[in-house]
Amino acid sequence: MTSASALDGNALGGPLGELFTFDITSAVATCAGCGRRSPGAAWVVFVDAPGIVARCAQCERVQLRLVNDGTGRTWVDLSGIETLEIAAPRGGA
Amino acid sequence: MARTTVLGRLSWRVATVSSRAPETSRAVTLVLDVPDWPGHRPGQHVDVRLTAEDGYQAERSYSIASAPGDPALALTVERLDDGEVSPWLTTVAAPGDVFELRGPVGGYFVWDGSEADPVLLVGGGSGVVPLMAMARHRARQAIPTRMRLLYSARSEQDLLYRSELDGLAAGDDGFDVVYALTRATPPGWTGYDRRVDGAMLADVSFPERHTSPAFVCGPTPFVEAVANSLVLLGHPPGRVKTERFGPTGGGS
Repeated sequence: MTSASALDGNALGGPLGELFTFDITSAVATCAGCGRRSPGAAWVVFVDAPGIVARCAQCERVQLRLVNDGTGRTWVDLSGIETLEIAAPRGGA
Repeated sequence: MARTTVLGRLSWRVATVSSRAPETSRAVTLVLDVPDWPGHRPGQHVDVRLTAEDGYQAERSYSIASAPGDPALALTVERLDDGEVSPWLTTVAAPGDVFELRGPVGGYFVWDGSEADPVLLVGGGSGVVPLMAMARHRARQAIPTRMRLLYSARSEQDLLYRSELDGLAAGDDGFDVVYALTRATPPGWTGYDRRVDGAMLADVSFPERHTSPAFVCGPTPFVEAVANSLVLLGHPPGRVKTERFGPTGGGS
């Protein structure tokens, strides 16, 4: 059961869209923990952690962490993602 | 334009409020002027950033209410009393005021009418907003795909877009709307008078539910319960698209 304070991966679209040219919400990720394949939109996302944390909806492994360190530098940890399938540029079809 | 190609990264733009219209006692639609706005797809959202005089910044996401073909971008915002962004947007922002906006965001929670399968929309509280963009797009473009909206709110006074939805459903073009009021119903109410549940979803689901898409948007517990019920009813999990608002409580 997901915590009531959780959002989902739709909330990552803006913050990651500033860094990357692809849309994370429709990209299909394979979890490095359990192998589940799901669109980024289906991750469980906490924006009130220090930074932003996205977890696999099946095994809860951290998929992605994004932190601004306050000096204008952004850190992105993608170690929980085995692969990302990206269909088309943002907004394309 | 149903589809726009926006290559490159998202960046913050300046939005100017061109008009505001109350929807309910807690919700306002803001029509915005955003220079060089690239267009959007139905279901997408934007991020809004406010900056205080001391430099403190707060960001929140709001769904786009307007259809891509509408003359201007419109957001419908519900006021959360302890919110950092919605109180300003709903009670202070006036024509001529400016704020920062990033978007359009998201390619997943999008319905642009390119599939013929009938589509079920389920909205809780202000979760109806991106679904309204889909319904408006369908109407503006005369898309024949059947569409049904199940819309849950606390009371009749909390329903957004009531007259427009009833107008869209009055036609014989394959759109209909079903309301569920969870706390108070007016005399003579013919809609549902309880929270959305599995029996209700079984009533409103299309016979084609084993192959057709569904879009669910609302507070996190609402979305979890509805999405799980839809899968139990036979909707393919990959065809049930969800967007969670967090604890706004609007539909429960």
